[in-house]
Amino acid sequence: MNGIHDLGGMQDMGPVPYEKAEPVFHESWEGRVFALNRATSAWRKWNIDASRFQRELIPPAEYLRMSYYERWLEALIEMLVKTQLVTRSEIESGRAAPGAVKLTPPLTPDKVGPLLARGAPANRDLRSQAAFEVGQPVRARNMHPEGHTRLPRYARGKSGIVARNHGVFVYPDSNALFQGEQPRHLYSVRFAAQELWGSQTNARDAVYLDLWESYLEPL
Amino acid sequence: MTSTTPKPQAGHDHDHDPIHQKVPSDLALRVRSLESLLVEKGLVDASALDAIVEAYEHRIGPRNGARVVARAWVDAAYKRRLLTDSTSAIAELGFTGAQGEHMVVVENTPKLHNLVVCTLCSCYPLPLLGLPPVWYKSQAYRARAVIDPRGVLRELGLDLPEDIEVRVWDSTAEIRYLVLPERPAGTEHWSEPELAACVTRDSMIGADRLRIG
Repeated sequence: MNGIHDLGGMQDMGPVPYEKAEPVFHESWEGRVFALNRATSAWRKWNIDASRFQRELIPPAEYLRMSYYERWLEALIEMLVKTQLVTRSEIESGRAAPGAVKLTPPLTPDKVGPLLARGAPANRDLRSQAAFEVGQPVRARNMHPEGHTRLPRYARGKSGIVARNHGVFVYPDSNALFQGEQPRHLYSVRFAAQELWGSQTNARDAVYLDLWESYLEPL
Repeated sequence: MTSTTPKPQAGHDHDHDPIHQKVPSDLALRVRSLESLLVEKGLVDASALDAIVEAYEHRIGPRNGARVVARAWVDAAYKRRLLTDSTSAIAELGFTGAQGEHMVVVENTPKLHNLVVCTLCSCYPLPLLGLPPVWYKSQAYRARAVIDPRGVLRELGLDLPEDIEVRVWDSTAEIRYLVLPERPAGTEHWSEPELAACVTRDSMIGADRLRIG
């Protein structure tokens, strides 16, 4: 989706808001939102790509106005409703619907440490022939899917060189839509800054992106 | 709750003075309401939430990354492993897991500077650096780091000479990047813990280069 989240290369965004000695959370509710996201994901009703896509669906003006954790809150509420873990009227009242069965949380305090230390690897042990080799020139496809994608607009149609093959990884474009993991090769591709931004840029500089095989075509 | 508000008196403890009590924001109230709903339905365990917040406030932060960097500076074999199989080398020091499952460490040299960004969201190597700072997640940084990294770095106080190559790593997949900063001059006789103490979070994002004194 050509959404507002795809910010790379935009200008007029103002100075970088650097803050010295910044706390981990500025308000305690931010920590709760972060933790609620982690804890509810243990129900495995959605995946990381679906939750990213949900944040991308926040309307552009709202997206720009909201703080980071506010976006996480709004997207979490939408995911909870969409997956029927809660109803819209429960969100509005703040109380469980009468007669609702009380469930047992999958994530208990003793499981938090192991969960964080284990993570959720996105590579898949799948034998598959790589279409591109390291050093090969490639072009990022000029594609504009309306769903979730991790190919930023600023790289589309641009040429680069395959710098590394990371292996076979879950494909976010399908996974975000609950259409399966459809794993495929993931490459690090080097794009010269001048290819992306024109000849006024430093000729030495480069941007590296991690791109799935289907985002790329041979040159 | 009583409907009559006690009149604050001179010398009254301000913590109990309703006029001076901090009013929770709408957001704080909405989050509190959501949490209590999810607890009531048995969807989350409140003490698990406490444990998650506690982990990122006190345990999982940039001191972890600094230990990896310091080890690489004092142990050439470790550094080789770190640059060729980053995830395993980092796991040797006990740092693994969420948003660090697939690590790539990139090395700064006198002729090369690396900078990490996530233009599409705010991906960040959590096990090594903890949660990202607001500036890293800001629209300005996400927008500008790829098109004008030198300008962004200048704004952050780092003016790079034209003859240094700048590589920007846009974290568009599940690979997370850590910059291995150059060991600062004048630290030749420092111990590994002393070295770790001088490594800043920003230097491991590539937003800074380390100097001593």
